[in-house]
Amino acid sequence: MAGEQQEQGQLRLAPESFLAPDLVNDIQRNGVDDARRKLLRGAFAAASAALIAPTLRASDDPDIVNVPEWSRSLGKPVAANPYGLPSPYESNIVRRQSPGLTQTDQASVAFTPLQNLFGMITPSGLHFERHHQGWVDIDPRRHRLMINGLVETPLVFTMEDLLRLPSVSRIHFLECGANTALEWGNVAVPTVQYSHGMLSASEFTGVPVSLLLERAGYDRKRARYLLAEGADGSSMTRTINLENALDDAMVAYGQNGEMLRPENGYPLRLVVPGVQGVSWVKWLRRLEVGDQPWAAKDEASHYVDLMPDGSHRQYTSIQEAKSVITAPSGGQKLLKQGYYCITGLAWSGRGSVSRVEVSVDGGRNWQVARLEGPVLPKALTRFNFDWTWNGEEAMLQSRVTDTSGYTQPARAQLVAVRGTRSIYHNNAIQTWRVGADGEVHNVQLG
Amino acid sequence: MFNWASTLTAVAMVLSIAAGAVASELPAGIETIGRPATDNELSAWDIDVRPDFLGLPPGSGDVWQGEEIWLEKCAACHGDFGDSNEVFAPIVLGNITDEDIETGRVAALQDPAVARTTLMKVATLSTLWDYIYRAMPWNAPKSLTPDEVYALLAYILNLGYIVDEDLVLSDANIDEVQARMPNRNGMRQDHGLWSLRGEPDVNGDTCETDCEVDLTVSSSLPDYAMNAHGNLAEQVRSVSPYAGLWTAPEEAAQVAAPPVAAAPETLLGQSGCTGCHQMAGQLVGPGFDAIRARYAGAENAAYLEQKIVNGGAGVWGGIPMPPMPGLDSDTLQSIVTWLTAATDHSGEES
Repeated sequence: MAGEQQEQGQLRLAPESFLAPDLVNDIQRNGVDDARRKLLRGAFAAASAALIAPTLRASDDPDIVNVPEWSRSLGKPVAANPYGLPSPYESNIVRRQSPGLTQTDQASVAFTPLQNLFGMITPSGLHFERHHQGWVDIDPRRHRLMINGLVETPLVFTMEDLLRLPSVSRIHFLECGANTALEWGNVAVPTVQYSHGMLSASEFTGVPVSLLLERAGYDRKRARYLLAEGADGSSMTRTINLENALDDAMVAYGQNGEMLRPENGYPLRLVVPGVQGVSWVKWLRRLEVGDQPWAAKDEASHYVDLMPDGSHRQYTSIQEAKSVITAPSGGQKLLKQGYYCITGLAWSGRGSVSRVEVSVDGGRNWQVARLEGPVLPKALTRFNFDWTWNGEEAMLQSRVTDTSGYTQPARAQLVAVRGTRSIYHNNAIQTWRVGADGEVHNVQLG
Repeated sequence: MFNWASTLTAVAMVLSIAAGAVASELPAGIETIGRPATDNELSAWDIDVRPDFLGLPPGSGDVWQGEEIWLEKCAACHGDFGDSNEVFAPIVLGNITDEDIETGRVAALQDPAVARTTLMKVATLSTLWDYIYRAMPWNAPKSLTPDEVYALLAYILNLGYIVDEDLVLSDANIDEVQARMPNRNGMRQDHGLWSLRGEPDVNGDTCETDCEVDLTVSSSLPDYAMNAHGNLAEQVRSVSPYAGLWTAPEEAAQVAAPPVAAAPETLLGQSGCTGCHQMAGQLVGPGFDAIRARYAGAENAAYLEQKIVNGGAGVWGGIPMPPMPGLDSDTLQSIVTWLTAATDHSGEES
């Protein structure tokens, strides 16, 4: 599979940068006559530049010596794409499904390509998708938010109303409770996109839930829970702890400076920082204040964690501290020995990341990684670690400690308590094995 | 009926009373944003049913009515007897015993070999009523009447041998049926992941050097499964410190082109090429299949470029190809890259 080693790196040189070798030889031997000049002129607008360029030597980079066509032509006009798009060369950096995971695409998952992303924000178009009954396009002029239950006055808000209210903007991660679910018993997927890609982070803008509850006059004595309900066909419901709701939850319409994407709940979703994604109800139409939890379908049949004794943990919500190396990671290959910047993400639903450590020997020795700022509560934190690969086998791991003092467990520690069938809340340390051939594979140790 | 003015007055009074306590949280004037919900609006949307059956509409239905509706509206996904796993996890498979109904704990949940079904897991009958009413059928949610939901639930419970076939389920007897739910005592909330102050059940080690670890690889993906998620080489950026592993089968490798060189059907159409060329076989000019076979390889790119821009005749027959000087550089590059890429993938991922 490996082709010839090329000094410029692993990439093939773009073929369009070359003149046909026959033509080059021909011109070198015979000079340029009208016919040959016509060939060149027809092919390249700046054929004359190529003619006076020095002869290409083996040590020359043709992408420098043959000045690229984008340096020799008029660019495109403004607003050619009124809504900007990624470069066509990024067209393979997309959300992807795990084949066979679900039998219907309306109740399925598309995973974020973590291996290709930078920093602490997920581009909105790459935010992972998890729907229970398909996604919908809602006309914001016809969308309403109702607040009822244990309140003085049940209220209705239009989107205009919500946009008039005082807003807050905060950066938070959003992780599905079933992220890494396939890996409880054994390795099941090849790359970090499928093992950890139900994870994204955005700046969300909206109205604090506490403000809306105050506005409706909620019953301070009896209120203990909120029911959040969507406006889509499933009208999905989840129970939210009132302490979470009053702490930092918001009713969000904004995502990364623009409105939410439809797949992420346009025009309104609940944001419950630190809590699993299923509680961040999309297309939010209603909040009901109550004194008991609701045992909705997704907290009584799904999103319940099976324990070894056959009981289920219900209302498991908080996403405990977790980290993963995103590059190098499974399905990749190191092409040469030498320096690499190991990079990854760490996060905690109980606060901020206080420390990330990296091991290159399967957890025998740990060293502290650099945290890229800013380090925010219940947000993704990017970490980096300098590493020189000497061509020998390595076992890469990361582990995070959060501000509550909690440290990410090894897989064996987690399994010892919870077994391998609880599906949800797998925050075990991830191992990537680097082989002597440079190939990186997803493995489990012990 | 609802009285707008008096309600607003009441709201204003409540707010003014509350304002003393929470003045800092509600800026002045906010009480005019949003309006009271009407009774009709509340009943249209407030459809949730709680485990204590708060919110349950009155009504009734029997097993036989339920079977009829089931076969018409539910069986296509769930199977005639709720045991299909074709589309969704099974609702019922017969792994519930009389003893489970007695104790309220489904013993088979301890057995990893037993597939879990809805009726084995769900502790609260309200969950099923609420979900069916709000979200089913799959493609027509909220189209069932309360009586139909009672009937469907009676049918499902009978499939699970939880109730007899002569049951008429209603709001009057639903709590009696709840007392027979086989896993009604199977849920626990005494864990650390519910409350913000919850205590973790597991905490990792903080050992830093010479830690005791077992480095045996206990699990990895077998070679045959490496391509189950497509060609990993195409899932990494084209400029990266790391290549993606080539996991496509070799046959696929013969025809696979790099992402940016994907067949530019729309470009060929927009640029007028398809007026004379088709994908396979001679039209006015040669088929793209023949062109790609003859000119595969990057060394042919410059030649093809000038042929497309300047036109020509004699290579494929007497009909001349007209010059195409109007093609922009990107389009030309895409088309030429695609034309020359057919067998030009080897080493692409290296």
